[in-house]
Amino acid sequence: MTAVRCIDLCKTYRQGDEDIKALDHVSIEIDQGGFVCLSAPSGGGKTTLLNAIGGLDKPDSGEVYIAGQRIDNLSKGELAELRLRQIGFVFQAFNLIPVLTARENVEFVMQVQGVAAAERQKRAVEILEEVGLAGLDDRRPSDMSGGQQQRVAVARAIVSRPALVLADEPTANLDSRTSDGLMELFRELNDHHNTTFVIATHDKRVMSYAKRLVRMLDGRIVEDIEQDAA
Amino acid sequence: MHMFGILLRLAWRNLWRNHRRTLIMLLAIVLGTWAMIFMTALMRGMVSQMVADGISVLPGHVQVHHPDYRDDPSIANLIAISDTELSEKFGTVDVTGWATRIRVPAVITSEYESRGVTLLGVDPLQERDLTFVDYDAVEGRFLESADDSGVVIGRKLATTLNTRVGKRIVLMSQDPENEIADRGFRVVGLFDANVQAYEENYVFAGKTTIQKMLRVGDQVSELVVLGDDFRDVEAEYNKTVDLIDGRAEVKRWIELDAYLGTMLNVMDGFVLVWIIVIFLALSFGLVNTLVMAVFERVREIGLMLALGMRPINILGQIIVESLLLLAIGLAIGTALAWAAVQPMKDGVDLSIVGDGMEMWGMSSVLYPELLLSDVILANVVVLVLGFFASLSPAWRAAQYEPIEAITKV
Repeated sequence: MTAVRCIDLCKTYRQGDEDIKALDHVSIEIDQGGFVCLSAPSGGGKTTLLNAIGGLDKPDSGEVYIAGQRIDNLSKGELAELRLRQIGFVFQAFNLIPVLTARENVEFVMQVQGVAAAERQKRAVEILEEVGLAGLDDRRPSDMSGGQQQRVAVARAIVSRPALVLADEPTANLDSRTSDGLMELFRELNDHHNTTFVIATHDKRVMSYAKRLVRMLDGRIVEDIEQDAA
Repeated sequence: MHMFGILLRLAWRNLWRNHRRTLIMLLAIVLGTWAMIFMTALMRGMVSQMVADGISVLPGHVQVHHPDYRDDPSIANLIAISDTELSEKFGTVDVTGWATRIRVPAVITSEYESRGVTLLGVDPLQERDLTFVDYDAVEGRFLESADDSGVVIGRKLATTLNTRVGKRIVLMSQDPENEIADRGFRVVGLFDANVQAYEENYVFAGKTTIQKMLRVGDQVSELVVLGDDFRDVEAEYNKTVDLIDGRAEVKRWIELDAYLGTMLNVMDGFVLVWIIVIFLALSFGLVNTLVMAVFERVREIGLMLALGMRPINILGQIIVESLLLLAIGLAIGTALAWAAVQPMKDGVDLSIVGDGMEMWGMSSVLYPELLLSDVILANVVVLVLGFFASLSPAWRAAQYEPIEAITKV
């Protein structure tokens, strides 16, 4: 089953007097259960593609489908609902709501979804344990290290078992040991829950975990290879 | 409901993120609310006192006169309804009190001076609940019956006439035949009033005694009826109209004293204007606080939108934050205003500016009047207007594009 399908996506940004082609006729298909790394140098278009897949940014032209549903023509509210129910996000930085504790941050998406309090608390505590943050439930982001914060963000992204997780440079602010731990967690979720992961990165260590590596340059896909993951 | 829970939690925590800013804003709301309610209580007290004093001199909430009495309040325009008949009729209805009076212009003369006054022939038993005179505080005594042969005058008038309790004065007026009607009386009491003009102008004598002096039989100038609340006299008015059955003109006090009536109505409008003006001053601070709060949280708002929170919920979060701040400020401000009014319940002596106040018909003692309706009005107006003032920053927050907001530096 196809989890993500992008057809002929184009996106141009204007920077001063110059037009920058962030996506230049990009088409890609990702199967359910895929573990894909989008790699590109800065400005290569990987984040723009990730945002288009996540409904955070609209392409100038082309079509985006998530689980068979076209999303590039949805309203703001419909996109919010799609993100809430089907997609988990891990951003490079500023992933957590500062006034909420680790557990409350993890609960946030479930609470917006309308999951009952007891159920979401139970799941939040379990998932925090799963990402190695047992006992840190009541810490605020400001009292946690970058790695711990990123793990909370991952816990939040996967707690409601979305079919698709989009991660933009998830290890950018982490040391190598923490990065490895996080990627192993992603792979575990991918293997055990068939969750589709699309990760934008230029970190070779992260790429080594991918089953499929898509290289981009100047807004175009220049290489798309299957590989043996680490 | 589940959304409200998270909105409330976020709003509450965000409020205390910047303690200093929130506390300053809270202080402004508390002071504004306190000023709104406390000053309204003082103004209400002032106007109510003015109206109550006016009614107690008029007096009565509903009044019955000869149809021509208002144009010519003389002895020629009396009403012929006996107390016996009225006792029977008012015995069947529920009113706080009623009384009949002779009210005529007269001249009072002591051995030294003469003055023009309003002579009130009253039955002291009927009058006790209606008049502004406190019987127990009268120097000497008040009248004992309708055929009492003494007079009670104001302390100020006594000073002017250079007379005192126990001395004799002469009262002179006209009878219905336009003949001079006069009689000597002994001063049996001196009364004090909140308004000095009342002490100078009103002379109380027994109703029957005055009826005899003026040779008017059992006719009276007016019948007055008292209800429970001068703001709502409809019930008493309707009952009186039924009882009088077209034999005389029945008027509400508000129709007889347009100035006092207007004051009362203007006061309601003034309270609203006063509350809105204070709110407008507050709203600048409130909107500024919210704009700053939104500006500081752009990336956080973007994150919530990216995670699937709908723009309407972002709008709700900012509005809940604003209403929470206002609600806390209103609660504290209202409590402080209530606490400030309590020690003043027995009256505030404003005699230092008493002459100026009397010019406006006010007494020199001010009794603050804290009405529940004013407290509710102030709270509701602030919350409703606060809601509208919050819409602009909240709307702005809800319009962010998630990815632009998240990457905002």
